[in-house]
Amino acid sequence: MATVETRPARLRRDLPQWLRALVRPVPLGLAAACVFLVVGSLLSNDFAQQTVAGLAQGTIFGSLALALVLIYRATEVINFAQGEMAMATTYVAYQLISWGLSYWEAFFATLVVAFVFGVVVQVVFIRPVQHTSVIAVVIVTVGLFILIDGLVTWKWGADLKFMPAPFGKTVYHVGGVAFAQQDLGTLLVSVLSVLLLWALFRFTKLGLAMRAAALRPASARLVGVRVDRMLAIGWGFAAVLGAVAGLMAEPAQYVLQPSLMQPILLYAFAAAVLGGLESPAGAVVGGIALGVFLNLVGQYVGFVTSELRLPFAFAVLLVVLLVKPAGLFGRARVRRV
Amino acid sequence: MKPSAVGLATTVVAGAVLALLPFALSSYHQGLAAQVGVYFIAILGLNILTGYSGQISIGHGAFMAIGGYTTAIMSRDHRTNLILTMLMALAICFVLGLVVGLPALRLSGVYLALATFALAVSVPQLPLKFSTFLGGSNGVQSAETVTHRWLYGASWTAAAILFVLAWLLLRGRTGRAFRAIRDSEIAATSSGVRLPIYKTLAFGVSAAYAGVAGSLYVLGTNGFAQPNEFGVLLSLQILVGAAVAGLGSLWGVLAGAAFVGLLPTISKDVPLVGSAHGQDVVFGLIVVLVMLLLPQGFAGFLARLARLRAARPASDRP
Amino acid sequence: MSGLLELRDVEAHYGPVQALRGVSLEVEEGTIVAVLGANGAGKTTTLRAISGTVRRTGELRFAGQELGRLGPEDTARLGIAHVPEGRGTFAELTVWENLRLGAYTRRGSIREDVQRVLAYFPWLDDRRHQEAGTLSGGEQQMLALARAFVARPRLLLLDEPSLGLAPVLVTEIFRIIRELNEREGLTVLVVEQNAHIALQLAATAYVLEVGRVALAGPSEELRAHESVRKSYLGY
Repeated sequence: MATVETRPARLRRDLPQWLRALVRPVPLGLAAACVFLVVGSLLSNDFAQQTVAGLAQGTIFGSLALALVLIYRATEVINFAQGEMAMATTYVAYQLISWGLSYWEAFFATLVVAFVFGVVVQVVFIRPVQHTSVIAVVIVTVGLFILIDGLVTWKWGADLKFMPAPFGKTVYHVGGVAFAQQDLGTLLVSVLSVLLLWALFRFTKLGLAMRAAALRPASARLVGVRVDRMLAIGWGFAAVLGAVAGLMAEPAQYVLQPSLMQPILLYAFAAAVLGGLESPAGAVVGGIALGVFLNLVGQYVGFVTSELRLPFAFAVLLVVLLVKPAGLFGRARVRRV
Repeated sequence: MKPSAVGLATTVVAGAVLALLPFALSSYHQGLAAQVGVYFIAILGLNILTGYSGQISIGHGAFMAIGGYTTAIMSRDHRTNLILTMLMALAICFVLGLVVGLPALRLSGVYLALATFALAVSVPQLPLKFSTFLGGSNGVQSAETVTHRWLYGASWTAAAILFVLAWLLLRGRTGRAFRAIRDSEIAATSSGVRLPIYKTLAFGVSAAYAGVAGSLYVLGTNGFAQPNEFGVLLSLQILVGAAVAGLGSLWGVLAGAAFVGLLPTISKDVPLVGSAHGQDVVFGLIVVLVMLLLPQGFAGFLARLARLRAARPASDRP
Repeated sequence: MSGLLELRDVEAHYGPVQALRGVSLEVEEGTIVAVLGANGAGKTTTLRAISGTVRRTGELRFAGQELGRLGPEDTARLGIAHVPEGRGTFAELTVWENLRLGAYTRRGSIREDVQRVLAYFPWLDDRRHQEAGTLSGGEQQMLALARAFVARPRLLLLDEPSLGLAPVLVTEIFRIIRELNEREGLTVLVVEQNAHIALQLAATAYVLEVGRVALAGPSEELRAHESVRKSYLGY
């Protein structure tokens, strides 16, 4: 079979194996972006500060986007209630703290509550409709969105609540650049939780079974994996990630209110799609890229004022989708007729 | 929406009831009934897109916003006749729908859903940015306001006209092309359906319906077009309505419209939850329960009833 | 006489279509049994009925236990390994992960089992970090066999192992199945279109026609049977 080799393809062939995978438009673009950020940060203190703040915000988007992707991979459904579930669990932390727990005690207790919450939502609301139609499941999550929002407002009220800050107000100065402890803490916690989850999926038997159940449910059943149970556990972990995102988003906004996660959910949608919906790594990278990008654009492009942040994020998303309809990291799926 | 004797009869009955209804209702309830008509139009439009051409949209609130602002601005700046502004909203949204339909050609499934959702999120932000022309967060006030009875008449007349138009459109060649695309794009292409034309057309028509609905929606809020009124929730409500409606039945669309048009108001009065925010709890719970009980929507429920009825005589036979 | 697996009057439906109309068969421990038949005769459905991937009625007994309403997750735990049509490979996972999933229902280390399996499929060792989807068809079939064998099953259900493979590979795969049977005492119920090779491998065989057992007996006898010769062996 004769194929016409394009020039980039020929270039790629002559490279050593380990480099070959990297010489593709997407990794190259990302590498270029990283170089740009590093050089920019070295040249301007202001730029460095904005980049770090963007990174912190981006990991929050990334965490929630990863939660969406986990569920999408398993059930091919976008969970519209993901943000509201995260918001509700943040209120749980608020309640625990007001009952006298320290911030970090409440933090870990909340993660446990979130896991149970996710499992219960899957078993009670999602499992019964799962085999009917995708649209039915989506509408159920939309209903849950409204329901959870209503329940939280009913229980805690729509007024602003204040939580103790997990990180101090300290600002570190490194070579003239000011790094807020809060940004660094957010970054650390989000990255750690994503890494822990990755390790769970990558190295444990449970993680392997969950991946098998999500990818090939029929085959997984044949080797004895209890697929329904794995899906419920998957929702549990997604809710835990959401809770981390919520708990980290709260200090960035200084107040807790029922609409806490609504804009973040939208950015997480954008991040997940940017990364390709099927790709967990893509979701995280997409979130971080979006966070940094928006922060820098907000700082340096006068036209993009705060009202235009969301439309602008989605304009970027649309452009990416038109160029790569399966996202940056997605593999185009060949559909059988 | 199959033409049959029973279907025709029920349509006539529905029309007659709707025509006589305002004489039995208070002004407040006329307003509510008008709102149901607005949702009817929007859901009908979404049904054409999703139910017939198989494309999903979670962004119809954006087209409603554009339609609504068209009416408010034309009335504010030129004191244009309101009916004329509705036609304008229809035309503008049709064209914008075609424009949105073009990139939609490259997207499918969830990606299309999220891209249209992006539209729903982005459009209400624009008045905040371009506040001199679009009124910022204060919104745009039309020069004229209308009574509830006028609104009732206008929205249900528009609903009837648009319903007949949809029926005419979907009955023939175009409807067949849409359905072929929904069932299999590849098969449709290979039997000569020009995919790009019909898919964008479906988007245009659907958006035009949403535009008219938006125009009436604004008239229902005293001619006041405000960004808050067209938030994400509106798009989600239209989607919920379409899901409750199910696909391809007049009664389904009516049920879906009544569901999203009336339920939030009714659930406000449920004593169980009491406070002002209880309405979301009740509404959310009912949305979830309806989908758990009727995953195919109201139309699916009716179809099942019809099947049961058809099956019974057969099983009675010796 | 009671076998490891006994089916009596098993029926199964796909919606309104009845795929099995009362199948009875028996598999003795330590033997290889083949199920032959044309397309749509119910061969695959028989295996699916045993593993519980399709709803069935009738009597199904495995090692003295009634399979009744058990689903695939439970039958796998009882020691029935089902390699389905299309091999059930986890294409997105690595070879090593596929093997680990094979032993999912077992606790403890699987190293020893993997070593045993590698004796039959030595090439798998070099490919353990490769995505299973990038293997060739024959390699995937062998991986499926290896995965099933890691589970140390009491009964292996094989659905058309020869499907889509070159003749050389088919011979190779059947040689390995025979070795597993002879050396490890593995009990196998294999469904095959290729009656020729299946009758060479199996001691006994069943011929299905439209959801019923039309013929049964030792492979020798079936090979000599005129209708089998004409319909399935082609001479």
